[in-house]
Amino acid sequence: MHTTQRSSHPLLSVDGITKSFFGVRVLHGVSFELWPGEALGLVGENGSGKSTSMNILGGVHQPDGGRMSIAGLLYAPQSPREAGRAGIAFIHQELNLFPNLSIEENLFITDFPKRGGVPFIDRGWVRRRARELLAEVDLDLPPTRLVGNLAQGERQLVEIAKALHADAKVLILDEPTTSLTRREVERLFAIVNRLKSRGVGIIFISHALEDVMHVCERVTVLRDGAVVGTDLRERLSLPAIISMMVGRSIDAIFPERDTKPREEVALRVRNLTQRGVANDVSFDIRAGEVVGLSGLMGSGRSELARLIFGLDPMESGTIEVAGTRLMRPSPKASMAAGLAFLTEDRRNEGLLMDASIVDNIGLTFLKRFKAGPGLINGKALNTTAGELARMVHLSTDRVQDTLAKHLSGGNQQKVVIAKWLLRRPKVFILDEPTRGIDVGAKQEVYRIINRLVEEGGAVFLISSEIEEVMGLSDRILTINKGEITGSFERSRFDREAILAAAMAPVGPKREATA
Amino acid sequence: MNSRNRITILLLQAAPYLLFLAILLVFGSLSDRFLSLANFTNIVIQAAPVAILAIGMTFVLLTAEIDLSVGAIMYLTGCILGLYLGGVPWPVGLAVVLIASALLGAVNGVLVAYLGITSFIATLGTLFIGRGIAMSVSNTASVYFPEAITSLNRAAVFGIPSAIVAVAVVFVIAWVLLQQTPFGRQVYAVGQDRDAATKAGLPARRIVFFCFVISGALAGMAGFVSSTQIGAITASYGLQAEFSAIAAAVLGGTSLFGGRGGVKGALFGALLIQTAANGLVIINANPYIYPLVTAGIIFIAVAVDGLRSRMLERLERRFIRPWEIA
Repeated sequence: MHTTQRSSHPLLSVDGITKSFFGVRVLHGVSFELWPGEALGLVGENGSGKSTSMNILGGVHQPDGGRMSIAGLLYAPQSPREAGRAGIAFIHQELNLFPNLSIEENLFITDFPKRGGVPFIDRGWVRRRARELLAEVDLDLPPTRLVGNLAQGERQLVEIAKALHADAKVLILDEPTTSLTRREVERLFAIVNRLKSRGVGIIFISHALEDVMHVCERVTVLRDGAVVGTDLRERLSLPAIISMMVGRSIDAIFPERDTKPREEVALRVRNLTQRGVANDVSFDIRAGEVVGLSGLMGSGRSELARLIFGLDPMESGTIEVAGTRLMRPSPKASMAAGLAFLTEDRRNEGLLMDASIVDNIGLTFLKRFKAGPGLINGKALNTTAGELARMVHLSTDRVQDTLAKHLSGGNQQKVVIAKWLLRRPKVFILDEPTRGIDVGAKQEVYRIINRLVEEGGAVFLISSEIEEVMGLSDRILTINKGEITGSFERSRFDREAILAAAMAPVGPKREATA
Repeated sequence: MNSRNRITILLLQAAPYLLFLAILLVFGSLSDRFLSLANFTNIVIQAAPVAILAIGMTFVLLTAEIDLSVGAIMYLTGCILGLYLGGVPWPVGLAVVLIASALLGAVNGVLVAYLGITSFIATLGTLFIGRGIAMSVSNTASVYFPEAITSLNRAAVFGIPSAIVAVAVVFVIAWVLLQQTPFGRQVYAVGQDRDAATKAGLPARRIVFFCFVISGALAGMAGFVSSTQIGAITASYGLQAEFSAIAAAVLGGTSLFGGRGGVKGALFGALLIQTAANGLVIINANPYIYPLVTAGIIFIAVAVDGLRSRMLERLERRFIRPWEIA
């Protein structure tokens, strides 16, 4: 473990920061300290004030009250630029890179070194400095490579290299692990640890509490715009953090389900094969059953779901929904047969951000509300949308005039779920249904899942959080490299065994995962 | 990616060049005058004004904006040159034209970058205003240029015709500006993602503003070169020049959505269009089919670009079992 070097002043001290937007107070005196060489985890539900606090720290907003200091000196940035000059680097969840430019151009886009007095870029210097910076973040790539050709984890390291170039003393990482593979996460942690040993202070904001506990020495929990508590990692546990976050103790994160799976098979997949994607996949899901699919990143989880739903072509195999075989799998045929598919990318595939909740729920299934040739029964649509909104516990019942973009991430997800529920699906494929939403909203999604299966629906649950799969499923299938490598009944659930099965080697030996 | 896909993509990528080759072969086989050095010199000279316009337009397109006023700027600065600068030496005339056109570009820049008016509407407005002023100062009559200007058409530097020199100078400066200066790289950044550029601390508004200034100044330059070639301008001068410029830039691979492309493409696009037009003249084709041929070329180029993007997107899908894919 890393030891924290205590100097006389904290690297960064935030003291009693308050902030209101349009007369609504969102921060009620946030205080915390960051010491050189430590990582401080900052956790809280969506809307707890993490983003506002960090935006104030990063110079995006100015506080109404309170004070901040860096190494004992007053710090009051008026713009992101000033924050950068003071040594604060903010790496947003949505990376601030330009895919059409090379790595080196991205590194120096704001302050290209010029050659002598002439206004030309000193390409030689840029190349050398870029190599140095990339070496510091262990990124072995040519600096001329286009950022658009990099993987997500590599792009994040480029952002960190950029912060190193700016000589950042405080590095704020906002949800840095969400879109990374496990291997990329390991690499990120190694770099974070290296930066800590150099005296850089890290603020690590994340919903992935395991990651926070893994990399941070201390954790600060925010709730409703105030700090609930700060403590050393050793003195905290996941349940303790979660109960601090939600303000009530959660004895069971995963709500109990009363019903058992029924006899009839809702989804039958046999010998599903598509070269390069899936090999001889067979399984059943019964009505009233939740089957979880567990696999590492890149194991082919989402790809399998896309094949089943007909989004990608398949070479051979059969798919039956409630006893009816899908002759020519396509999304349209799947939906008609009673399949629903919540994709992992709700922003791009699920929601119209500028449309109302009603429109988002009803638009893809307007024929249910036909009032005559070419006419829509708006009243019926509004009533049904309202019912669905209540069923998924949407935060607002103003379904006609609330736009999707004004909802929180968790509520947006509920709208997408409601949209599919309108079709009364027999089998619901959920791909990462709780990614990026807070603990409270997660629990509500879990309740919706329970309600679905209690009413006889079948759920195929894909999640990278193994706790989630174990907490909700009646049965777990493991997948690796597009092959099913294990099946576990609920009574035999065991974290290590499931993980081992998910890593079981498949395919030719040279391709086996280590 | 297997070898068949790779070849398809290479073919699609090379499509504009193959198109160029096809045009050369078709017209070359129809007329023995077409494939000659004299004719190619002629093509470059004829293409010079559109090439210069397209180079300026590239700057604006790279920032994901559009400039519809370049034809009007050509006409208005042409009127200023012909009506008020008849007696001055041509370098003074050129300087005044460049300053005036840069100022007109600056008006566009202020409207778009600082007042936040959509560039399509803002430059449509300056198009009508510019043409209106030009028509009122010239009383819509023809404006003639003095011998001092028109003689430039026959001038040459080391035996290279002046129009070609003008294109070469503009091209080299524009290329260096885009590729070798911080400003140029920042133009690409702003065009890719305006918000991200602002967040990164780039002066996005100023960059967009200067791209309009450059586009305006090069419209003046293009007008000047074309004035030397035609000797007199009428109220229809420069009409639809903006569309030729946009077509040339897009044909050369510059995206209308910003961030992708460059001035090499603009030059190539202008030459491609002019080569086809020249070929049609040489084989004595019906003049009414010229626009149809130009339109056909543009449609092919854009369709091929779309096809290529979609194919690349499909191929970038990750395979879980890569050993099964040859």
